[in-house]
Amino acid sequence: MPVLKILTYPDERLRQVSAPVERFDERLLERIADLEETRLDGPAAVGIAAPQVGWFERVVIVDVSGRKNTPNHGRLVLVNPEIVDWEGYVVGREGCLSVPDYTGNVIRAERIRLQAQDPDGRHREFDMEGFEARAVQHELDHLDGLLFLDRLVSRRRDLFRRKTYR
Amino acid sequence: MSDWFMVTLAGKDRPGIVAQVTGALYEAGCNLGETSMMRLGGNFGVLLMAQTDKGAAELEAALRPVADELGLSLHLEPVDPQLHRHPEPDVCITVHGADRAGIVAQVTRAAADAGLNILDLESDIGGTEDEPVYVLHIEGTAAGGVDALRQALEPLQAGGIKVEVRPIDTLIG
Repeated sequence: MPVLKILTYPDERLRQVSAPVERFDERLLERIADLEETRLDGPAAVGIAAPQVGWFERVVIVDVSGRKNTPNHGRLVLVNPEIVDWEGYVVGREGCLSVPDYTGNVIRAERIRLQAQDPDGRHREFDMEGFEARAVQHELDHLDGLLFLDRLVSRRRDLFRRKTYR
Repeated sequence: MSDWFMVTLAGKDRPGIVAQVTGALYEAGCNLGETSMMRLGGNFGVLLMAQTDKGAAELEAALRPVADELGLSLHLEPVDPQLHRHPEPDVCITVHGADRAGIVAQVTRAAADAGLNILDLESDIGGTEDEPVYVLHIEGTAAGGVDALRQALEPLQAGGIKVEVRPIDTLIG
């Protein structure tokens, strides 16, 4: 299994909207395995989205289970994920495999309800919060061509920029 | 030959300082590195990294007329740029309370002794002239750990200031 090349900003391909997965087959499982190997090869990434490796389908992997005191659902491979409900907001620091040597503050929902399919196409639903919910929101943004840079708030102050989120 | 300089400008605040300073640098063929610019009281301070292949004298010649026109002090210092090597902060410290002399010195002394390396610090005085409120925000790396830092700063709260030490959990995704 190869470690894939990570696209880095300002590569325009990171800006495209990814297509839903329609075929749940052996090829999908192979590509997911490559994506996971690529995530693990990098610097402690808790998530990765398919478009970061030039695969423009709606697949992300999130795993915050290696962190202390962090509620989590283990390693999640999320296919065609969608946030169907959210609550609260919190500022946190984010970086990205696709944006080396820069981190910034981003506002995310504190709790989310997520619907997704697993790699075999089964429908799943999760309620999640905190760091795991943040990781999912970060990865889902990639599927819509968004980076955390699009959501930056002031690093020096917890002031919220007056911007309407897309 | 390409050289990097740390350029500092400071003086009374007025509209257009940033546009004029950076415009002069651009016209002189300079590149900007990391910068920090802010209003402090009624004053404006600029700290910026500038790259030029024409040397310090040319850089100063480009900026001097603008600095003089805007009434800003100007200082240049050759530096090693070290760009693209950001250390990641793992702790943030917020301090606030009634303003009194020595808060920054006490907090940063105790923090440094507990292993803190400051990456970013800003402080402000709010409230009124009669009842000023001091707010200090620090981000840095805690070589001795966040808990050790919290313990080191805890006693300062007895002096009537509120000290909060929180880890920064940077998400990489």
